[in-house]
Amino acid sequence: MTKSELIEQIAMHQSQLSLKEVEAAVRLILDDISDALASGGRVEIRGFGSFSLHYREPRVGRNPKTGDPVTLDGKFVPHFKPGKELREQVNASRALGY
Amino acid sequence: MSALTKAELAEHLHTELGFSKRDAKNMVEIFFDEIRGCLRENEQVKLSGFGNFDLRDKSERPGRNPKTGEEIPISARRVVTFRPGQKLKSCVEDYAAEYFESMRLENERSG
Repeated sequence: MTKSELIEQIAMHQSQLSLKEVEAAVRLILDDISDALASGGRVEIRGFGSFSLHYREPRVGRNPKTGDPVTLDGKFVPHFKPGKELREQVNASRALGY
Repeated sequence: MSALTKAELAEHLHTELGFSKRDAKNMVEIFFDEIRGCLRENEQVKLSGFGNFDLRDKSERPGRNPKTGEEIPISARRVVTFRPGQKLKSCVEDYAAEYFESMRLENERSG
């Protein structure tokens, strides 16, 4: 499912809202999550999961073209931890043969 | 800093987009429900700019009870993984750059 399919799906269930409104809402939700992470915060969605930042230590990498070593600074990367409900449902679907 | 939750997302839809409180709350619920529903049917979710939610089937592997040291196999399972998109990664890197710069200034002051 892509973002536009998600928007259509939601609009089907929320007939009192226009497609434009649903589109704006989806954009706002994703922007809010991104902004929270971009300011070092966490996002906790009960039943779904949590988003946080993980730290990556500085390391020596290589230029893939030349093979020259390059020092890479430490950095933060976004991380998602699925919540219990999501974990269980996804795993249960495997047993059902999806 | 406290974590962003569904309540704040709904409040923001109300104040920013003028959704009724009821519509705002439903919107947030249905947003995460739709994504979860898709993943439950073993379908990947791709949100451009933000990231992809993927599914991976893991086979059984040996594990241990960390308390007792007893060996117990970890059963085969399906898990959700999230791969952040380029836009989200660069937003976060900008924060990291600021963070490390402030740490450096802090060290200079105290050192």
